[in-house]
Amino acid sequence: MGALTLSNVTKSFGAVEVIKGVDLEVAEGEFCVFVGPSGCGKSTLLRMIAGLEDVTSGEVKIGDRRVNDLAPAKREIAMVFQSYALYPHLTVEGNMGLALKQAHVPKAEIAASIGRAADMLGLEPLLARRPAELSGGQRQRVAIGRAIVRTPKLFLFDEPLSNLDAALRVQTRIEIARLHRDLGATMIYVTHDQIEAMTLAHKIVVLNAGRIEQVGAPMDVYNDPDNAFVAGFIGSPKMNFLDAAALGQQGASLGIRPEHLAISRDQGPIAGTVSHIEKLGSETLVYVHAEPHGLLTVRLFGEHDFAVNEAVRLTPDPARTFHFDASGKRLR
Amino acid sequence: MSQARTSTRRTIAAHAVLITYTLIALFPVFVVVINSFKSRKAIFSEPLALPSASTFDAVGYRTVLEQGDFLLYFQNSLTVTVASLFFVLLFGAMAAFALSEYRFRGNLLMGLYLALGIMIPIRLGTVAILQMMVAGGLVNTLTALILVYTAQGLPLAVFILSEFMRGVSDDLKSAGRIDGLSEYRIFFTLVLPLIRPAMATVAVFTMIPIWNDLWFPLILAPAESSKTVTLGSQVFIGQFVTNWNAVLAALSLAILPVLVLYLAFSRQLIRGITAGAVK
Ligand SMILES: Nc1ncnc2c1ncn2[C@@H]1O[C@H](COP(=O)(O)OP(=O)(O)O)[C@@H](O)[C@H]1O
Ligand SMILES: [Mg+2]
Repeated sequence: MGALTLSNVTKSFGAVEVIKGVDLEVAEGEFCVFVGPSGCGKSTLLRMIAGLEDVTSGEVKIGDRRVNDLAPAKREIAMVFQSYALYPHLTVEGNMGLALKQAHVPKAEIAASIGRAADMLGLEPLLARRPAELSGGQRQRVAIGRAIVRTPKLFLFDEPLSNLDAALRVQTRIEIARLHRDLGATMIYVTHDQIEAMTLAHKIVVLNAGRIEQVGAPMDVYNDPDNAFVAGFIGSPKMNFLDAAALGQQGASLGIRPEHLAISRDQGPIAGTVSHIEKLGSETLVYVHAEPHGLLTVRLFGEHDFAVNEAVRLTPDPARTFHFDASGKRLR
Repeated sequence: MSQARTSTRRTIAAHAVLITYTLIALFPVFVVVINSFKSRKAIFSEPLALPSASTFDAVGYRTVLEQGDFLLYFQNSLTVTVASLFFVLLFGAMAAFALSEYRFRGNLLMGLYLALGIMIPIRLGTVAILQMMVAGGLVNTLTALILVYTAQGLPLAVFILSEFMRGVSDDLKSAGRIDGLSEYRIFFTLVLPLIRPAMATVAVFTMIPIWNDLWFPLILAPAESSKTVTLGSQVFIGQFVTNWNAVLAALSLAILPVLVLYLAFSRQLIRGITAGAVK
């Protein structure tokens, strides 16, 4: 039995169809990440699971209960928002306890739950403060604490790290992963950042324009993409797409990741000129303009020197190429 | 550095303009108040002079206060204004919340319909309103005035408040729904406190025309028991054509409650006007 089952779920706002038939099963205890570009419908799908948006057609099941017509509060879920969404008039303690208070849980039990959650996230010193007196990172920890207190069947996160600065983002990401291990709860996490998706997920769901492009474990999605969209979206820097015909290969385009493209000054089937070079210390990114493929990225480990406008030649690693047809479908 | 200096000069110019405007706006009020403390002779001989020991005379205030009804008029005005204000803010905010929060058929049309009242003055319907009040047996009651003023204030309130409601974080309302708050709790405890500045703005814009109105009290509630201050002091003019002391004193007194209400709202109002300036 899955913790969450979506069967042919669609959503329309007026005449615009935003979610175009999604089927998905999330297992008990799984960390599932919805990833996709901005505006592809990730938040809408999550809000439908939460009950904040009606389902136009299809079925949403949490556990083995159909929840299409159930109010959000009755679905035994908790949600963490990008904008934290703390109640400004309540203290941290009040924020964390509100849901249980609404459910008429005895006071002592509420206090114990808040104590446990505060302990997990190191929130004890903040319990008496109001949200306005907290920093962004602290606010998001309180929002996560508020979700934990409810001991929900399903945790929903909507881009919870997007408002935090880079260092805090990494730290909070690790904290969320640790929480997932400690609680063993089922979590659905929405992000547009494929690094967050890769580092947190058991299961990645790649969404594009209201459809699921691929579902799989992070390394499966990375190593075995079903189509050009997934291949281009997962992995950083982005995969290069070469003109297959120009190389005498099958299909319309040939995908190759930047680290699988060798660069040299004198040999290789693809000729081009260096248009830009980025040195990051541990790695060097060389941007090469090559006709008729366009701008290609080459990723080298360690420090390397190339001059801008220098003529170079590239060699793709034949074992690491992906072939796609004109519609972007993978040819295997 | 030269830029800093021009901006100082500009600040001075802006202040000069604003101070001039303030003086012009306050001048009539000032004249009313000083003359209310002068004897009748002094009012006519030197209308702009401050009251001195020889010209000071509180006869106007004595007349007004001895005229026992005047306290009742005051009470009536206050009841009508505060009650109308309460209903305008309550229903206006609720309608604005529904219009901005829920997607339902005819949402846009309903919004337009409610906003129509901003452009069409309610006085055009005076005859129909009077007939309705007669039929309902509400003539010469404060209820009649409260109903009319609530209707008069609602369009602008709905219009302004729904703009602000749209700005309230969706996530906050969603969080409330997930935590099991009812729509009423979400409205009263989460949304209303966040739009307090807008509410204060609407309150001031609504309150002043109601307090000052002469038209509806004269038509709907001219009886002695339901007279408002504005109507009461007009009647002073009719009865004691020459008793300027009483009229000026009544007007001076009528300023006080508005001033108190205004001060109560103004802190919020200023926040409302400058909202967004900081972010
Ligand atoms: N309440 C709404 N009314 C109309 N369109 C909406 C509404 N909410 C979202 N959309 C549209 O649905 C699409 C998906 O939005 P969203 O789920 O927020 O995307 P994401 O979270 O992936 O960035 C967008 O094109 C957006 O314009
Ligand atoms: Mg989103």
